Amino acid sequence: MNGVDRIDQVFQDLKKRGGAAFMPYHAMGYPTRQESLEVVAALAKAGADIIEFGIPHSDPLADGPTIQTATFSALVGGTTVADCLQMSRELRDRGVETPFCAMSYYNPILAYGEERFVEAAADAGMDGLIVPDLPPGESELLEPACRAAGLATVYMLAPTSTEERIKSVARHATGFIYLVSVTGITGARDELPPGLPAFVERVRRHTDLPLAVGFGISTGKQAARVADIAQGVIVGSALVKAAGSEEGLDAVRSLAERLATGSHRTQGESD
Amino acid sequence: MTLSTTSSPVNYGAVPDETGRFGPYGGKYVPETLMPALEELEEAYLNARVDQAFMQELANLQHTYVGRPTPLTYARRLSEELGGAQIYLKREDLAHSGAHKINNALGQALLMKRKMGKSRIVAETGAGQHGVATATAAALLGIECIVYMGTVDMERQKPNVFRMQLLGAEVRSVDSGSQTLKDAINEAIRDWVTNVETTHYLLGSALGPHPYPAMVRDFQSIIGREAHSQMQDPAEGGPGRLPDVIVACVGGGSNAIGIFHPFLEEENVRLIGVEAGGHGIEDGAHAARFADPERGRLGVLQGTKSYVLQDSDGQIALTHSISAGLDYASVGPEHAWLRDVGRSEYTYCTDTQTLAGFKALCELEGIIPALESAHAVGYVLELAPQMPKDQVILINLSGRGDKDLGTVMQTIGGVR
Repeated sequence: MNGVDRIDQVFQDLKKRGGAAFMPYHAMGYPTRQESLEVVAALAKAGADIIEFGIPHSDPLADGPTIQTATFSALVGGTTVADCLQMSRELRDRGVETPFCAMSYYNPILAYGEERFVEAAADAGMDGLIVPDLPPGESELLEPACRAAGLATVYMLAPTSTEERIKSVARHATGFIYLVSVTGITGARDELPPGLPAFVERVRRHTDLPLAVGFGISTGKQAARVADIAQGVIVGSALVKAAGSEEGLDAVRSLAERLATGSHRTQGESD
Repeated sequence: MTLSTTSSPVNYGAVPDETGRFGPYGGKYVPETLMPALEELEEAYLNARVDQAFMQELANLQHTYVGRPTPLTYARRLSEELGGAQIYLKREDLAHSGAHKINNALGQALLMKRKMGKSRIVAETGAGQHGVATATAAALLGIECIVYMGTVDMERQKPNVFRMQLLGAEVRSVDSGSQTLKDAINEAIRDWVTNVETTHYLLGSALGPHPYPAMVRDFQSIIGREAHSQMQDPAEGGPGRLPDVIVACVGGGSNAIGIFHPFLEEENVRLIGVEAGGHGIEDGAHAARFADPERGRLGVLQGTKSYVLQDSDGQIALTHSISAGLDYASVGPEHAWLRDVGRSEYTYCTDTQTLAGFKALCELEGIIPALESAHAVGYVLELAPQMPKDQVILINLSGRGDKDLGTVMQTIGGVR
């Protein structure tokens, strides 16, 4: 099985079981290299179905303060692209089998060499790739490289996306489509946007791919509401914040368990 | 005639292509949320360009409000002192609000007002000149205006912060990263992503995702069009001929592309961009993207592919320049392309040379230039003596230096 197959398998299994995939993000190298490995292992154990493996970049323009601070601290701590791939390898060696999607901005990948990066990522046990500043149309090198290596090319859609762009993303995406819940940047928010169900439905009309919703989700209750309308629940900032808190790993575990429970609940159980 | 390309002429009008590329440079590397806004902006701009009423309204404002055309000044004493080529100055420092930035700010603000149905502008600023220009245009047209500025830049450009506030803009300080221009752009983009339905991002240089590099170039090309006709007209103070060399400073590169562009087909006119050499290339503390073979490489920063100062891991390098307006890790994509095709050349001027240019212009011409523009002057101090007296250099004097008095006083310790 290649990366696309492993991600497809997650959503196939969920179809039978009901509920949505719990898809946490972590900023690798934060708070420290060792702790970030423990965070990912803990997320997997708490019931994560797919993990977004954040490779830090100096200029994360789609990220809010929490992830900005965490990735900046990871960079100051010496985290490199190559070491993030090495961390993936180490987690695989420890027996963590949850599919990983590498998530970074385009420049670190460009600097590494697009084809070289994709091969190295697949070799390190990555299953997919998410690059927020690389919409379809700009990825003429990266996309074929991912196809060849069996990595999923995950693209994002936003509430502002036109029908044309939804169609284009539906044509180019594999694995799943990442729906940005709000017009905005990453970060925990109190309320889910009221237009979310309509947005999900609008995308659904153009694709059979699983739809995962991210940005702003921070509680088990919100996760359950998202699970009612989509196939995946992505949580980043809230967990990164937990990882950086005094309780650290314990806080990650307990929040991840609540989020997993919310995500995995079957239709209608949320309210 | 080494620059002649008669065997395979380059079509300068063909860039950017419809995907926003200048050869391998440019493009649209932005989060999906912004893609529709870029498409909308492009449509509005293409529409405005052929709209007589819009272009007429802009031309009227350029004339009656900005004070265009800006004069051409023969720098007689500077030319005599250097003993070589005759030096002319295109006086963008005399444009309303003190720099060429108003050309683009007014163009985009009017575009938003007349063609886009949005009500709020966000902008970034480094030296504060673009922020002041944007606040000015926003006040003129009655638009809400937020300007993001790095904390370090706010400190070194205090008078401009106060100017923006006086003009009714809200200045928001940016504490992330290096707290300079790059970080202000990140923060402006984050605001834009969040408020994209009501907000236009008024980007101040020939940078960023398509259509900004082309649109900003077009709004700034009025500099080169005026200079092209003024140089040939003695009644306008010109030498009655085109210049042999045009020199302009290059941060993002909007004043440079503005004066270069109308001269691209004049193959006997050398075009030279001057980057910020900071403490020197070997020192590493500079913002000379083309001059640093180790760290200046093809990269993507803030929506566009170009030369970017970065480390081997693709993390953006911290830059240094005495002038906040040139203190940026990337350069406009059209400059990268013009350099590739051999049409324009790039060099750099260190902080020290820049101060020499600054002082020369003050003492010999009675003009206090912006530190950005003083980079072009600093380079000409070297270039002019190497050229015969019958040759002509045109400097784009992109802004005035009132905002820099604090920096200069600190650096040279006041007037001797």
